Order: sequence, then C-alpha cells, then structure tokens
Amino acid sequence: MTETGNHPPAKDDEPVTGTATSTGASPLDPADPDPADSRNDRSRSMLREIASGDAMAGVLAVFLAVFVGSVMIAATDETVRETASYITARPSDFFTALWEAISGAYSAMFRGSIFNYIVTEPAQQWRPLTETLKFAGPLILGGLGVGLAFRAALFNIGGRGQMLIAGGAAGWVGFQLDLPMIVHLPLAILVGMLFGALWGGIAGLLKARTGAHEVIVTIMLNYVGYYLLFYALTKEWLLKTPGSVNPKSPPMKDSATLPKVLGEQFNLHLGFVLALVAVAVVWWVLNRSTLGYRIRAVGENPHAARASGINVGRTYTVVMMIAGSLLGLAGVNQVLGTVSSGVSLDLDASIGFDAITVALLGRSRPLGILAAGLLFGALKAGGFTMQASENISVDLVLVVQSLIVLFLAAPPLMRAIFRLPAQEAK
Amino acid sequence: MRLVLRGITKRFGSVVANDSISLTVEPGEIHCLLGENGAGKSTLMNVLYGLYKADEGEIELDGEVQHFTGPGDAMAAGIGMVHQHFMLIPVFTVAENVMLGNETTGFGGTLDLDAARDRVTEISERFGFHVKPDALVEDLPVGVQQRVEIIKALSRDAELLVFDEPTAVLTPQETDELMEIMRQLKEAGKAIVFITHKLREVRAVADRITVIRLGRVVGEADPKASNTELASMMVGRPVELVVHKDAPTLGDDALVVKDLRVVDLAGHQQVDGLSFTIRAGEVLAVAGVQGNGQTELTEALLGLQDDVSGSIVLDGVELVGKSTRAILDSGVGFIPEDRQVDGLVPGFTIAENLMLNRSFKSPFVKNGSLRLGALREFAQKKLHEYDVRARDIDSLAGNLSGGNQQKVVVARELSRDLRLLVAAQPTRGVDVGSIEFIHKQIVATRDSGIPVLVVSTELDEVVALADRIMVLYRGRVVGIVPADTPRETLGLMMTGERPQDLKDVAS
Repeated sequence: MTETGNHPPAKDDEPVTGTATSTGASPLDPADPDPADSRNDRSRSMLREIASGDAMAGVLAVFLAVFVGSVMIAATDETVRETASYITARPSDFFTALWEAISGAYSAMFRGSIFNYIVTEPAQQWRPLTETLKFAGPLILGGLGVGLAFRAALFNIGGRGQMLIAGGAAGWVGFQLDLPMIVHLPLAILVGMLFGALWGGIAGLLKARTGAHEVIVTIMLNYVGYYLLFYALTKEWLLKTPGSVNPKSPPMKDSATLPKVLGEQFNLHLGFVLALVAVAVVWWVLNRSTLGYRIRAVGENPHAARASGINVGRTYTVVMMIAGSLLGLAGVNQVLGTVSSGVSLDLDASIGFDAITVALLGRSRPLGILAAGLLFGALKAGGFTMQASENISVDLVLVVQSLIVLFLAAPPLMRAIFRLPAQEAK
Repeated sequence: MRLVLRGITKRFGSVVANDSISLTVEPGEIHCLLGENGAGKSTLMNVLYGLYKADEGEIELDGEVQHFTGPGDAMAAGIGMVHQHFMLIPVFTVAENVMLGNETTGFGGTLDLDAARDRVTEISERFGFHVKPDALVEDLPVGVQQRVEIIKALSRDAELLVFDEPTAVLTPQETDELMEIMRQLKEAGKAIVFITHKLREVRAVADRITVIRLGRVVGEADPKASNTELASMMVGRPVELVVHKDAPTLGDDALVVKDLRVVDLAGHQQVDGLSFTIRAGEVLAVAGVQGNGQTELTEALLGLQDDVSGSIVLDGVELVGKSTRAILDSGVGFIPEDRQVDGLVPGFTIAENLMLNRSFKSPFVKNGSLRLGALREFAQKKLHEYDVRARDIDSLAGNLSGGNQQKVVVARELSRDLRLLVAAQPTRGVDVGSIEFIHKQIVATRDSGIPVLVVSTELDEVVALADRIMVLYRGRVVGIVPADTPRETLGLMMTGERPQDLKDVAS
C-alpha cells in the first residue's frame, strides 16, 4: 500500500525561519499557524527523510557512487597515470588505458558476482551468482532488522551485538546438543533468534521505560555483546573448544547445519531461503498487520499514535525485539551456514553495520531491502574477483558502499548534481 | 514610506503561491491583507521581507526598486516585521532583545546596553507602551512581548510595519490595545500591513482592505462592508457565519468532573481544582487565553497526562487512571487542539488516518491483520459524507489543506459510537467554509444527545457553539456563565477578574 509511496515534503526543505513555518507557503501546504513545529523532533524527521525517500534516490546514489568508484580506479591505475603524462601528445593511449582499467574492474566484478563467462563448465559459470546470493542472505536479514526499526523511527546500530549474541547462542545449541536434525536445526535457529530479540529488546525497553536513546544503548550493547561472547569462548561449558587456545568454538554438528540448497558444489545454503521468507513476513507485518500499522504510526507521528491509544513504549520494545530477532537470524545464518566451522568473535563479518547501509538504500521497505541486499551481496562476491584478477583493492567495494550512504544522506547534494527540482512542493 | 508591490509571482514547483499580486501601501495607512489560511498572504510578506525571492515582479519603496537578498536588506530599507511567533529570547531582558542583531558596541566589543535601554525607554514613552527595558522577556505577558517586537522594529527606524496574524495569541483586551497601538503608529506616519483572517479586527482598524484568495488579489473591500460580504469575498462563495442551533434538549448529568488537578512534566500545577458537569445533549464551551490549562484539561480527560488527581466520571465510570486506549474505547471522541501533532499521521493516507484509534478492535481488524477492503469502503463513504476535498482516499493526509485535514479528524471521531466529544480548537487554522461545516457537525452531535466539551481561544467560536461557557484562568474556573454573557464580561473574566454581580449557572 505504501510500498513505493512518496512521503510528503518535509518541512525542513523550506527555508528554516519562523515565518516560513507559520502560515501556509502554498495552497497545498497550509502549515498551521500553531507552534507545532517546535514540538517536532527535528532529528526524527531528518532520519525519516533519509530512511524513507523514494526509490529513485537510491538508484541515483548507486549510480553516483559507481561513477566516483570509477574515477578512483582510474586514478590509482598505473597505466592510466603513465599515459596521462603524455595525454596531449597521444590522447588515444590515455583513453584506451582509462577504458581498460574501468571496464576491466567492472567486468571482473561481474564475473565474480553473476556469471563467469571465462570458464566453460555451466556449473562453474553460475557459481558466482550463488556466491552473491550467499552473501546477500545475511545482509537482507540484517537490513530488514535495521529497516523495521527505521519504520518506527528507531536507529538500530546494535546489529553487531545482536548478531554476536544470537550467533553464540545458536552455536552453543549447534555443537553442545545431540539431537536429530528435524529438532536440532530449528531449535538452534529459534534459540539464536530469541537471544537476538532479547538483545534488541533491552534497547527498546530502556527507551520505552527511561527514554534512553536507542543509538547510545545499542552501540554500548555491541561492546557488551562482544565481551560476553569473548567470555563464553573462554569457558568450556559455554563455547570454548577443549584443549584449544584460540577463541573459537568447535564446529557445528551436521544436524544443526543449514543444508546446502543447490547441492554440495555450491556454497549457497538454506539461510538465503530464510531471508526470502523473512522479506515476505516483514512485508506482511508492515503492510497488512495491525502491529505493522501501529509501528508505522509510531514512527511517523508518535504524538498522534499516543493520542490514539497506541502504547508507544510497548511498540518500541516490540519493534526492537523483532529487529533483534532478524539480526539474530543473520547471525544464525553465519554460524550455522556460511562459517559452520565454529563460533568466533568475527562471526558478524561487519554485516551488522553493512545492514544499516542496506536498509538505507532499500528505503526501509522490505522489497527495497531485498534489492539492496542482493546488490551488496554482488559487490562483496565480485570484490574478491576484482582484487584477484585486476589487482584492485577489495576496499574499493567498501568505498562504494560508503559513498552510497553519503549520497543518500545528502538529498540536496543529489538534487544539485542531477538538477532535480527541490522537493518543497511536489 | 510608500510601498508598491508590482506583479509579484512566487511559485513552489508547480504550485503558484502568489500569482501576479500588486499592492500599494501609503504612509499613514493601515492596509489589511485579508485571506484564508494558505491564500498566500504570508508568502507575499516573506517575499517582501527578503525570505523568499519572487519569480516575477518587483518591490518598490518610495519609488526605488529594491532587490532584497535577505531580511537584513529589508530591515535596512525600513521594513519591520512583527511575527506571529515572537522572535525573542525569553531569558534576555527587553533591552537585550531589542539590540539583538543590531548591537552597538563600545571599546573592545563591549555591549552598549545603556544606549539600548535609552532607546527602549524613548520608544516606549513615545507610544505609551509601558515596557521596562530591564524586564526579562519570559516574565512579560504575551501582549507586552508583542510590544517588545514592535519596539524592536521601531528601534531600527522601520517606516513600514508588517503584522502577521498578530492577534492569534492575544486576549480580547490585548487585541484592543494592539489596535490602539496600530492607530498611533499610523498617526505617526508609519505604513502598516496587517495580515489576518479575522473579520472583526479588519473592520475595526483597516483603512483599506485587499482580499487574497488562492494566491490572487480578488479585489479591494470597503472597511464598512459587512462580515458576510467580507467572508464571501475571502471564500469565493456565500457563507453562513452564524451557527444555527435550537435550544438544547438536556438529559442527565453525563460527565462529572470533580476537583481535577493536573501537574505537568515541569512540575507546574496546570489545572488547579476544576469541577464542572456536562449534561447529555449540552455543549460546554471552555473560554480562556491559550495556556491557562485548557490543553492539560483535555489531555487529562483522554488519559494523556501522567500526574492527574481528582475524578472524571463519564456515565458513572471513573476515567482517571485509565489508559488512553480504554478511554477511547469507552466512547470518548477527541479532536485534539493541534491536528498535525496529535490528530493525524501526515505520512499516512486518508484511509489509514481514519482508523488511527481503531487499530485494536474494530471493523477494520481481524485476527491481527488489517481488513483493507472494509477500511477502503468506509473511507470512501466518509470522504463523501464529510466533503473532504482530496484526490482520493489514498492521498496523504499531510498534503491536504488544514480544513480538509480537520474534516478527516472530525470524520474519524464522529464515526465512532460516542458518549462524549472533546473538541479542542476544532476550527483553528481552518478555512471559513470548513468552519461552517465542522460547527454544524458539532451541533448535530450535541443534538443527538451526546455531551460536548468545546475548548476554543476564539471567543466567537465559544459564543457560537456554547450552551454554557466556562472561563478558565491559570487552571482555575473563573465562572460558568450563560452563553449570552456579553463579550466584554467574558473578556474581563479571561484576565482572571470576576465581575461582582456574576452568578454561575448550574447545569
């Protein structure tokens, strides 16, 4: 219903003055002559604008980031630099080198993320795509967790902690218990999600009861979660491998490992299917359930929600629990699927933070997050090939991701670059 | 100073807020800009003040074309603006506020406060403002704060003064005083632009009236024209300004409030021992200047205040201590005073807003999922019934005009099974046409036997709707009087004075 709906122009787009907000600036925007705006939380409306703009902004941000990435590839390429020194004498050399550097990088990325046209065996040709999907799974799950919180105007930066705690808990079930697969795997997944929900719920509950800002609390809980897992990895009754000095748990039992979905030759496991299911479930919750309706109401206008009998605090707690369980599922995906060789402190693989980018790029909408997660999965998968075959640092992928966020966070900059009309009266 | 605006056009995207507006203001003249909210009055003044740049047209002061790039230029050229929301710093003194942005400094950058003090005293004496330069602004009544704004403009040698909806925050007495000040300024040869949508004030002071509708000048009006004529010009069709209602058919006591006390988050006693009763089929209107406990009273009725003591009994059921949800479910309809904060979710569609307080148990909910079909059908019906002017039920509430937003709120509340209606500022910032409609709905609600509490800072509205009037001052009841009490008496009561011969009317 509101899946692709545009949001109304934020008042902040008008010149920020007392008079601009007093009586209507245009017949379509008859802002009331009330001091309402002073009560409006400015940071919240800013967050809303960044997290829920239209899809076009996302596409343009990706486009811009890729362009800047190209410039960086060119600028750091030896041949390009050499040919640039005699560009006036033989410009064709320079442009050929430029083309080869950039097209080489992006075609390597394509080969590494979607379809490898250099090898001949069909299974090997399509292998990159399955890698992309494997990487995309936890990014989508994490993105849903962050994006759902965004919809309630909560900024969940605690993805890392939620993933670590959930991964640790799922890992414990995964190697300490001996159960048939039909019980073991679901139990491990559920326990992981439950601990994720708990870890996210703490932040929600503290906000609801004491007004503690969820950004601060979730950041701090990241540290608490990290050291809790560290502690668990030193105790044999928890996660420590007997006789080992490394902070790493034993590998998961087969009965608790997410099965490979396309046969043993591909690494793609059930985690990606769970991510797709999560997309559908979150979509339904947000757009078709009363809970989602209340979450959106609280996110869009907590004052009106409260005046309408909605318990805002309880909604915050519930949202953070669901968000935590989704990030928990991302952690479970790592421990029981991608890295089933054992729980370690880096099991989150920075997904907890990448999820924020995914949610932003996906405009906090489940289908947008699915698309953004796939894109980031492809960047991750392709980045390795790019480094191997073109000798371009895999960090470029990180730079491109960061640039996407930067462009998304600065709508006026994007508007200026693409000469879009200001949003003041759509 | 003579101001000429010639063909001012200002567009926001595809929306034309000002369409080739031309206007002349002579020195020693009070020129009224009359128009509904959103007609483009404020946009025009923001263009004049350098806040917006006009797409077309020019501004001429004393025959010279001006090119303002910001308010600084406008001020330097002799234009002063008295904003609706005061641009004062509460913890500064009057003198400090007046010099702010225009500080005279002495050796080493020290502030020359004495000069500012003298300036305040001089202007204050000249116009009889009675403002002390060393008073803290936060300690001053609203009407005096407004005079500080005027002093501020005059201290910069403003020859043209713009008053943007200046009376919205004033008591009737303060309004009268402001009118007197405006006349004095006129005598002193200042040119005055007075922006308002209140007809009574226009007729009291205007020398000339320019009516603006939908961004265009629709014509000049004679200050002697009747209210109905002016309103029709503003709206563009004949309007009914009087609310027609029959004598109330009173039932039993429905809402009984006893010794209600509300302490706000800052620890201030905002409602201080209120007791009143509303009978079924009766409108009790609460009059008072904004900020005398009305907001806290309505919020306490809805369970939105935390620190409430006393008792609120509706049809024999105690409401104090119940959750907002329980109170709403027990049949209390609530039109909040600020629809954009408490009444609507701007990013939601009209349909979504219509189920805002019915997301738990209602025809639109089944087993935790939304019944979108039922909701759409309902919304379609209400859109038509309440004459909400929108493209369709999927239009975002935030894109509607104030009047249409309010109609959505009213439609939502009146569509429920009510046992009490609490309407706070039901027509604030609403166009004349919608006011008429909303007032009719409130009267119809009362006629169906539902007790109604109306809170309004507009005396006209209070008098039009009330069966009895309760005047509040500093959280206490000054008196509960009949609806035909003279306006002067009500105005006096709003300042906390209780006339000697006043008799309260029991319900």
